[in-house]
Amino acid sequence: MSLLSDLINLNLSDTTEKIIAEYIWIGGSGMDLRSKARTLSGPVDDPQKLPKWNYDGSSTGQAPGEDSEVILYPQAIFKDPFRRGNNILVMCDAYTPAGEPIPTNKRCSAAKIFSHPDIVAEVPWYGIEQEYTLLQKEVKWPIGWPVGGYPGPQGPYYCGIGADKAFGRDIVDSHYKACLYAGINISGINGEVMPGQWEFQVGPAVGISAGDELWVARYILERITEIAGVVLSFDPKPIQGDWNGAGAHTNYSTKSMRNDGGYEVIKKAIEKLGLKHKEHIAAYGEGNERRLTGRHETADINTFLWGVANRGASIRVGRDTEKAGKGYFEDRRPASNMDPYVVTSMIAETTILWKP
Amino acid sequence: MSLLSDLVNLDISDTEKVIAEYIWIGGSGMDLRSKAKTFSEPVTDPHELPKWNYDGSSTGQAPGEDSEVILYPQAIFKDPFRRGNNVLVMCDTYTPAGEPIPTNKRFDAAKIFSHPDVAAAAPWYGIEQEYTLLQKEVKWPIGWPVGGYPGPQGPYYCGIGADKAFGRDIVDAHYKACIYAGIDICGINGEVMPGQWEFQVGPSVGISAADELWVARYILERITEIAGVVVSFDPKPIQGDWNGAGAHTNYSTKSMREDGGYEVIKKAIEKLGKRHKEHIAAYGEGNERRLTGRHETADINTFLWGVANRGASIRVGRDTEKAGKGYFEDRRPASNMDPYVVTSMIAETTILLKP
Repeated sequence: MSLLSDLINLNLSDTTEKIIAEYIWIGGSGMDLRSKARTLSGPVDDPQKLPKWNYDGSSTGQAPGEDSEVILYPQAIFKDPFRRGNNILVMCDAYTPAGEPIPTNKRCSAAKIFSHPDIVAEVPWYGIEQEYTLLQKEVKWPIGWPVGGYPGPQGPYYCGIGADKAFGRDIVDSHYKACLYAGINISGINGEVMPGQWEFQVGPAVGISAGDELWVARYILERITEIAGVVLSFDPKPIQGDWNGAGAHTNYSTKSMRNDGGYEVIKKAIEKLGLKHKEHIAAYGEGNERRLTGRHETADINTFLWGVANRGASIRVGRDTEKAGKGYFEDRRPASNMDPYVVTSMIAETTILWKP
Repeated sequence: MSLLSDLVNLDISDTEKVIAEYIWIGGSGMDLRSKAKTFSEPVTDPHELPKWNYDGSSTGQAPGEDSEVILYPQAIFKDPFRRGNNVLVMCDTYTPAGEPIPTNKRFDAAKIFSHPDVAAAAPWYGIEQEYTLLQKEVKWPIGWPVGGYPGPQGPYYCGIGADKAFGRDIVDAHYKACIYAGIDICGINGEVMPGQWEFQVGPSVGISAADELWVARYILERITEIAGVVVSFDPKPIQGDWNGAGAHTNYSTKSMREDGGYEVIKKAIEKLGKRHKEHIAAYGEGNERRLTGRHETADINTFLWGVANRGASIRVGRDTEKAGKGYFEDRRPASNMDPYVVTSMIAETTILLKP
């Protein structure tokens, strides 16, 4: 196949100024990523300079056939790790021809929240820990697991190495470098407690960019699993029984939390989150009730509990933060299939804007 | 295989010799053929290239006892397979006496495009070529289980992931190869049926739209050859609740692109409506299996146009409606249409013919 890869890896910069831009958007289920590419006459680094585009919304459950055009507004640019050169990935959100965000567009309201002066002043930082499971393509069972059976119980797999403990590291490592190449703030990776499950972290990212970067990191991950012939799952509880679920713990801080006296600000913020526990849970991902059971390092879905260094809590504050009297905290409730636009903006809104 | 690719990728620029791959369309009207010859120096102008000939009795285009068919070079592109100074040459076909052979559709198209009224109208085309990738051993789309079906349509349009996108390496290699070759390829996307893809060529003026589309098809089939996969331009490769494959042809003239263009567009669509049967007859074999009124098509016997309506014969984009000028999309042509025929017919009907 090396003749095919010669062509895929052609460096067009030698022969033309043209570049390829891959426009990415979120489809009708709220979790399905879609993309298509177009040729531009030269390099672009400002999303506001990119043309709007459109797609067939009737094929993604986002528009009827007789009025099918959905408009794509470019919002963020990243380098394309697959095509390289001057080629780019463009994260977009979706609007009607009249300029209204379509119902599945969660970025629009998040952007409004993040541009509120009180929130801008607090400079909200996010670090999102995205967990995910890799499944075999022919049968919906994790890679490395025997078909029709189970691997040995959890214990050896968390951050483990070896062919009997770590399944799919080539995907994880290529994703790590690809994201760094793309300009995403990927801050780390680790093998998770359930075999075939992994985690990467994006952040610290400010405001709306946390959501943009996480979505593009998810896109790059699914493109890589496509190449590897493996299926990606963001299901929060892929395997029933004594196996961990998958979350998207969201670490958060504001300017006041990061400054002296921040610990008091953190405690007040956590109190507000506790008062709105039900509303947050409803927006923290479908199927989360299968994951938040009180076991497997989670707090029960109906309980709001916080604690220092407590992984069985809804919200965990790190020992460093307690000791320094300032820092950040970790909301452990969001599921792996949460929408980061919704979760990040909701945390900001509840802790900064909302008066109980 | 690295020794083989070392040789395939040898850089022969030091020899000053150039390889030219002459391409033509064979006897079925859809089968592409090519053969190569060596030249002593680089070439950039197709009219400086010598005519050539081939054995027409082996392609259903000439009898055995008088088998020579003459190749006239018409367009040059860089060769993405041999790279260096090597070229691809799109040709059309003539008898030794200089007459276009019956399967040569470029000849009449060129006549239409050189008519002063058509040339003055500067007709632009953007062609959306859909195609299906099939497994080599069995005529079934790649990624589909043999003897079964994938999950229903929904997740595949512009989809990503090993369970939704089959054959992206072919599509991406084709995209860069065409840009390298100098073809005006303006985009690609995964289609509604899994294993089906689309690329778009344009905007191109007049006859070059079809030259570029044929060479893009040639490059695509050469790439699927490398990948061990079969490319199909059948307009309805799988019966049942699965989309067909088309070659939607976007079109505009100078007056359509200028202020007041929307009225010119409406008049042009009216003329096309009056010749619906004639166009349909020339828009590709087997199209009746595809134009059913379902799966984002209009029924083959119906002529319907609308703004943003993907169930119409002709669709006008919202941008064009809003700006009062622009272009429109003829959604009727099948994936196996001949772009020389379709592009010139649209120009002829809308510019030359008086209703």
